Parts: sequence; C-alpha cells; structure tokens
Amino acid sequence: MALNNTDVEKIAHLARLQISESDTLEVAQRISNILTMIDQMQNVDTSQVTPMAHPFDASQRLRPDVVTETDQRDYFQKLAPATQDGLYLVPKVIE
Amino acid sequence: MLSKTVAELAIALANKDVSSVELTQAYLDRIAQLNPTLNAYVTTTPDQALAQAAAADALRAAGKAGPLTGIPIAHKDIFCTRDVLTACGSRMLANFTAPYDACVVERLQAAGAVMLGKTNMDEFAMGSSNETSHFGPVQNPWDQTRVPGGSSGGSAAAVAADLCAMATGTDTGGSIRQPASFCGITGLKPTYGRVSRWGMIAFASSLDQAGPLSKSAEDAALMMNVIAGADARDSTCLDIPAEDFTAQLNQPLTGLRIGLPREHFSDGLSTQVQEILQLAISKLESLGATFRDIDLPNNHLSVPAYYVIAPAEASANLSRFDGARFGYRCENPVNLEDMYKRSRGEGFGDEVKRRIMVGTYALSAGYYDAYYKKAQKIRRLIKEDFDTAFHDVDLILGPTSPHTAFKLGEKNSDPVTMYLEDIYTIAVNLAGLPGISLPAGLLNGLPIGMQLVGPALSESRLLNVAHQFQLHTDWHTQRPEV
Repeated sequence: MALNNTDVEKIAHLARLQISESDTLEVAQRISNILTMIDQMQNVDTSQVTPMAHPFDASQRLRPDVVTETDQRDYFQKLAPATQDGLYLVPKVIE
Repeated sequence: MLSKTVAELAIALANKDVSSVELTQAYLDRIAQLNPTLNAYVTTTPDQALAQAAAADALRAAGKAGPLTGIPIAHKDIFCTRDVLTACGSRMLANFTAPYDACVVERLQAAGAVMLGKTNMDEFAMGSSNETSHFGPVQNPWDQTRVPGGSSGGSAAAVAADLCAMATGTDTGGSIRQPASFCGITGLKPTYGRVSRWGMIAFASSLDQAGPLSKSAEDAALMMNVIAGADARDSTCLDIPAEDFTAQLNQPLTGLRIGLPREHFSDGLSTQVQEILQLAISKLESLGATFRDIDLPNNHLSVPAYYVIAPAEASANLSRFDGARFGYRCENPVNLEDMYKRSRGEGFGDEVKRRIMVGTYALSAGYYDAYYKKAQKIRRLIKEDFDTAFHDVDLILGPTSPHTAFKLGEKNSDPVTMYLEDIYTIAVNLAGLPGISLPAGLLNGLPIGMQLVGPALSESRLLNVAHQFQLHTDWHTQRPEV
C-alpha cells in the first residue's frame, strides 16, 4: 500500500501532528515502506482465527467505585504550561 | 568493587567492607568521569542518592537490612520519579518532573535500593539503538563507535560500564533483551502482567513489561523479588501470590528439555553466531539438558503484526501529549488545533511521529479490519506456535539478536531495516511470555547474547537455567575497558 502526500496530510490531521510540507514526501515514502512490510500478513488465511487482544485473553479487573485519590490539583497544575484560577489555559475555542 | 554483582555487594555491605554511602559516592564519581562520553544517564540525582544511602546505612546499623538495602541502581527514564525529571527520551517531556513514583520505583525504594539517576533511552521506547533519544545516542562501552541497543540502551550501557550495580528497563518488543545482548549483560523480560505498569509511561499497553538489566541471573532474581507482584493500580497486573525467584536458582538441569527453533537458526543468522550458540548448547547439555529442533512457523509474521499493534496502541496512548496540561507546548498557538498540532509536531521526534501515523492509519475507518484485526489474528497464531512447542519442550533457546552491536548511524536510513533487528524477540511480547538474554560469548571482542524463552510465569525456571550456565561459564563476568 503506497501512500501519497494527500494521504499523509489526512493521517497527520487525524493524529493532530504538524508535518511540514517539505517533509511530506519523505514521510509518505517511509510509511509506505512500513506498510509494504506489514502487508506480508495479508498472505495468510486467518478466516478461522479469533483476534487476540490480550496475551492471556484476560478481561479487565473491576474495583469498587469509591474515591481513592486525594486532591492534588495545585501540585499537578505546577506542571502545566499555563493555568489561571485553578483552570488549564488553552487558546480561545469559541469565537 | 564497582564491577561486583548485587549479590556480592550485599555481602560486602553486610560485612561492613564498605558502606552504602561510600559505594554510592564511588558510582557517582565514576558516572561523573565516564558519562560525558557514554551518555548513559540523562539525569543524575547525587544529593538524593547520598541521602538514600545514608538512610540505608542507618537501617543496616539497626539490623533491618534486606538484600537490596544500600545497593545503587539506575532507572530507565520511562519510569515516573516524583519531583525528578522524567523525560522518556523526548523533547515533549524534557521539562517534566513527575508528580509521583512508578510502582517499580516505589518498591525498589522501599527495599532500600539507592537511585543514582535516570538512564537514556529511545524516545518513548521506540527504537532498537537508542539513537531516537532527544538527548543524543548512548555509546556502547565495548566499542564507543557502536550502539548499545535499545530502547533500554542507557540502562544496559550503565550496567556494562559499572555506572550502577543494576538497572531497570522496559521491553515492548525486545527493549531489555537486545541491549542486554549488545552490552554483554543479563536482561529479563517477565511474563506480561508480572510487574505493575503503574507509573511507567505507556507505549503499547498490551506488550509493555518492566524488568531487570543486571550483571548476573542471580541479581535479576533479586530485583524480581522486589518488583514483581500484584498492584491494584494496574488492572492488567496479575493477581497471583508472591514468588521467591531465587528459590530455584540452584536446581540441577537434569531432564530439562530445550527446543531450538529452526526459524531462529536459519538464513538470517551468521555462522559465527551459530558457532557461539552451539558452544553454549554443548555446555547446557553437559549440565543435563537435552535439545531438539522445534518449529515456530509464524515467527516471520511477528514483525509485521507488531508494527500494526504497537503503533496502534501508541497512537492512542500518546494522544495524552497535547500541550494542554503538561509537557511541551508550542510558542504562540493561534487556536486550539494549532496548539495540538504544533506542540505534537515539535515535541515528538521523527520515529515517534511515524509510529503514531502508522497506528492512526491502521485504526482509521475502512482500514481497521485489514490491519488491526488482521494483526490480532496473526498474534493468536504466534501465541499458538509457542503453546504447541511447549507441549514437547520446557524452554526455547536461540539468539537474542542476529549479530553483535552495529555502528552508530549504520541502520538509520530505513526504519524497516531497524525494525527487523527485533526478529527474535518480538514474538515473545506478542505471546506475553517471559524471556531472558544472557551473555553467551564474544565475537571480535563484542558480546553475543542468547535468549531463553519459557511458558507464562516460568521466570524462576529461566533464571535457574541462566544461573547454572553462569556458574559454569564466565562470559557474564567479562567487562569492557572504558
């Protein structure tokens, strides 16, 4: 499967990644090479095989729905690029 | 003193031949001397280390020392360490000081181990040479023009160069075992779920597993005794009773049946590596093991399946890095979308971006069945190959890597070339099995590792075989001259 520049732009948008125009062609070629390697899978008949999501087919363990964490908002917000009044600041969303 | 194993250091500490403060200072001095060239550590924590060492010495004086009390170790920079930089090899987290300790860090600290610092790694553990690190490549202590392997390259180089007594690592497709092989040390990837992933920055959550990089199998067992075990904070961590991984170390190997996969000894493997492995096989035979050829017919599909599953999981896991709450944010974003795209575009390196894009593509509408679902089916075939093999044999033996450490820059031109480096290790992660790499010989002065793989939860057996091999060989005691 070979990707072109438009495919790369579309995937980069879905992944919210800025890829410069000058890099797009090289990214397309490298990802195409990876997909060609991956496509070896398509030669195998797996119609009778159940997909495996977990090495031991385990399901998620559940715990009682009770509060276990303490409030550390101020400590965590020290890591943020920008905060105000206990909120995380981001560029304006609504015009 | 600094080249001793953890087991030997524990005796020296117990006999008062040395204090933990003296030992810690000696490692810190060696790090200050050698790290500027090797680049194995990205962060050192001397003040904290000396304080922990003093506390360990006080515990010992009070008669409360355990096997790891006062032992200086290093953590891969993928593990969160409270109020200490945790950059995961990435510009995205270059200024991130974690607000809590990972389970592995917490447990080793509680056991009295001293943290010397955080080790270099491929960015977000995506790489097999440590060259994708934002903080520059690590040099292999055996030959400074060569890579240490990856992604736990800093940890492997630090252990090999005696910059710590042992180190933690993580293994998603070979990231403990391959660098252990390239640096001539022992590296254990435990069964999926043995060790809590809590506080370990996620790459591919159904494959990631933490484990030790050490100077001997015995040391690996000592670390496993501390880090393994149930943790309610990681829902995939196995809820099984604690185990003493040192208990079986001295068991004889009589009657042990080991399989040699034809697929691991075929075209891709040089005759020189085959000869070295043959000597190791003869040694194990002399200790009572028997060998037979086995097949892992779908092994060649492990790299393709892995490069769908791991990037797919990574694309979801790494969506948390958006510039909003922590990590890198671009300058002057014009709107929210611009903030996301440029923060991620500038914060992630090329390899990470590539894998996020491959994963995004594999999960996107119209391609899910052809890629992700197909890879999950192949994953089951690979797992079933192992199940079948373990009907007839107890363990599987083969090379860890097709060759010795390669040159810095040698395999950077094409990602697929680098991906095929992990041809012998990746299937083990897909099947969730434990695997260990241990030194089996030297080729042109460079270490060669052999890999042993066992059924789920067979770590004690793997460590037993590795320990017996190490009692009768001296490859693991060889050290590079740095």
